Amino acid sequence: MKDRNVSRRGILKVGAATGVTLATPTIFTGAVWADAHTGFTNAPGPDVVTLGFNVPQTGAYADEGADELRAFELAVEHLNGEGDGGMLNTFSEQNLDGSGILGRRVEFVTGDTQTSSDAARSSARSMIERDGAIMISGGSSSGVAIAVQGLCQDAGVIFMAGLTHSNDTTGKDRRANGFRHFFNTEMSGRALAPILSEQFGNDRKAYHLTADYTWGWSQEGSMRTYTEALGWETVNTVLTPVGAGDFSAYLTPVANSGADVLVLNHYGGDMVNSLTQAVQFGLRDLTVNGKDFAIVVPLYSELMAQGAGTAIAGIPGSQNWDWKLENQLGDRYRGTNAFVESFAAKYNRPPSQAAQTCYAQTILYADAVTRAGSFNPCAVVEALEGLEFDGLGNGPTLYRADDHQCFKDVVVVRGKENPENEFDLVEIVNVTTREDATYAPDHPDFQGGELGTCNPGA
Amino acid sequence: MEAIILQILNGLDKGSAYALIALGLTLIFGTLGVVNFAHGALFMLGAFVAVTMQRVLTLGFVPEGATGTSAGGFSFGTARETPYVEHWFGPEVGGTIIDWAVPISILVAIPVMALIGVAMERGLIRFFYKRPHADQILVTFGLAIVLQEIIKHYYGANPIPTPAPDVFVGSFDFGQVLGFDPYTIMYPYWRLVYFGFAAVVIGGVFAFLQFTTFGMVVRAGMADRETVGLLGIDIDKRFVVMFALAAIVAGMAGVMYTPILSPNYHMGMDFLVLSFVVVVVGGMGSLPGAVAAGFLLGILQSFASMTEVIELIPGINQVVIYLVAIIVLLTRPRGLMGRKGVMEE
Repeated sequence: MKDRNVSRRGILKVGAATGVTLATPTIFTGAVWADAHTGFTNAPGPDVVTLGFNVPQTGAYADEGADELRAFELAVEHLNGEGDGGMLNTFSEQNLDGSGILGRRVEFVTGDTQTSSDAARSSARSMIERDGAIMISGGSSSGVAIAVQGLCQDAGVIFMAGLTHSNDTTGKDRRANGFRHFFNTEMSGRALAPILSEQFGNDRKAYHLTADYTWGWSQEGSMRTYTEALGWETVNTVLTPVGAGDFSAYLTPVANSGADVLVLNHYGGDMVNSLTQAVQFGLRDLTVNGKDFAIVVPLYSELMAQGAGTAIAGIPGSQNWDWKLENQLGDRYRGTNAFVESFAAKYNRPPSQAAQTCYAQTILYADAVTRAGSFNPCAVVEALEGLEFDGLGNGPTLYRADDHQCFKDVVVVRGKENPENEFDLVEIVNVTTREDATYAPDHPDFQGGELGTCNPGA
Repeated sequence: MEAIILQILNGLDKGSAYALIALGLTLIFGTLGVVNFAHGALFMLGAFVAVTMQRVLTLGFVPEGATGTSAGGFSFGTARETPYVEHWFGPEVGGTIIDWAVPISILVAIPVMALIGVAMERGLIRFFYKRPHADQILVTFGLAIVLQEIIKHYYGANPIPTPAPDVFVGSFDFGQVLGFDPYTIMYPYWRLVYFGFAAVVIGGVFAFLQFTTFGMVVRAGMADRETVGLLGIDIDKRFVVMFALAAIVAGMAGVMYTPILSPNYHMGMDFLVLSFVVVVVGGMGSLPGAVAAGFLLGILQSFASMTEVIELIPGINQVVIYLVAIIVLLTRPRGLMGRKGVMEE
């Protein structure tokens, strides 16, 4: 056998030559940022770009995570020119033509957050370091989102948050590399207050049960601010451990507390259990202070509504988006039907709001890269900041530069009294316009942190 | 006063579940000497027997000429099905059968859980009788995770609503019975049913052990396995039956708990740790100890969740059970009713 001498120097030469060849096409394309195609973490090669989708695949939010993954897969299909194109056809920024992102085919890897900050960070790190993911998206908990956002900032990749509703994600814990499309507890408070006033009046006494973590505190704070502004009195606030299961010990004092409204600042399994049990304890049938007792669930989700069954009938709450928006409220919510048709054709079910936000985030990222002409995170940040867009199902939307938060309409919903089938669980009551949902960048609840500067990494 | 009565009721209810699970744990530990970390999974499997039963009863067919499921102007797959039971027995009787899915599941859960119990004991656990407790804990914990993942694969991760029959929906007004104002002490009917059910099951298990020859042999085996063996009694065979019995008790507790807590795949784990504390506080191997400690800790946990108590000692609701466990173990190292020599060799 002939001995092949491969020297170290030879490998370096070939490597350098290959590098130059690979880099050549982008050096001569794009605008300002294209010059900087190297010098950032995980710069993709000429053929493929890898995105990392970090969703809960195990644990209490696994069903939500599964729906997020469905949306990501659909978004990747559409970006690669497969399927019917979904919201690419309705998106106001017509830069994506189904040829991937900047001519590179989109591939993706997935991680399991397990709804735990540590697990989420390690799966995100693995996707960045081992799989070369240039962007991380997904998640179904604010604790997780904040942890992963911090990691992405340090690693020099973009984080397009999935379902995270705590003010802190774009408040005190905001980061330059992180962007949130989903709404937050401040917007829920603003959207719900007028509806609560109309439905239950301004002379009410509220009792809060609150999940004891960042999102719960944030939700309780916003609901208190806006209901107390209406004239409601907060009788009591009780923190409940996450995953308490049996809430009877927390629910039984409510009936004799003098309160006539119960606000459940719970999400996921906690919300399903606390709401079901509150109804079992007969709270909904009570008359207190001469008024019918009311229950409010500030953050709704279709998947939770399925879990709670008949207990959600008539209970108001807020959502980021609903799949019935365009059919019920018209062309302002363009994109909704395109997305639902696309999703239903592939999965035979309507998408959840978590799915819509993840799909939108993926498309927004791809569009930003295309407009910037580069995958450099700093280029993407610049392209997303202050972006005014439409056609992704939420109506006219702004990605505000000050805090990387999207501002758009907020949907107020109510559990349907007599649902016709498993998909038809909530009805749209009202929509709070973007103007009314918008708060100032210097809002006190969002202070205590800075965006800082974008980090391109390597 | 009404707050105290309410928390006692809550505690009795929670205690019923703890006591039922701890009873099975103690039975297995006392007879077989096995620390069974998969016992919580048996509770969870019981709950999913109810979920499965609900699905089986609502199994149906698409009537001819029915159009696809549509909502909000979209069509999602197949049309609404008519359950077979409604087709066979008419909408009224069929509807009632579906409505009573949870109580009916009890009858199904008995043979199913017995089968699962025997399979678990013969297929895996018997190989670990003579191994250290650490090995037993590892293998049963692993088994619990496997069972959880299987359930998650088929049923998803979200809680599945499994309502009680319509007649038990709503609350009983204790206040009026006890001379308080109406609506001050309301308690859901189903939780009262659960308490009654737990009392009957616990009573039944004790009667079985106390008044039957089989039970006498098992009790003798729990006290001194070796001597019973020397008398020519095949104690192992009886222990298989005890394992099946413990599985049935845990399974039935799970079935009946579904209307209180919509079942999900990790509900067993949530109960397991607390039930172990209950067993330790009650005294390893002591059946009355397990039951008494179950109710005691249930009631203490409910009181610790009262706003007034939390304001006084923040966070007490999360730690009270473990605090009591520490105090009991410091003052009575064998637990409230523990016997000498159990897990001390």
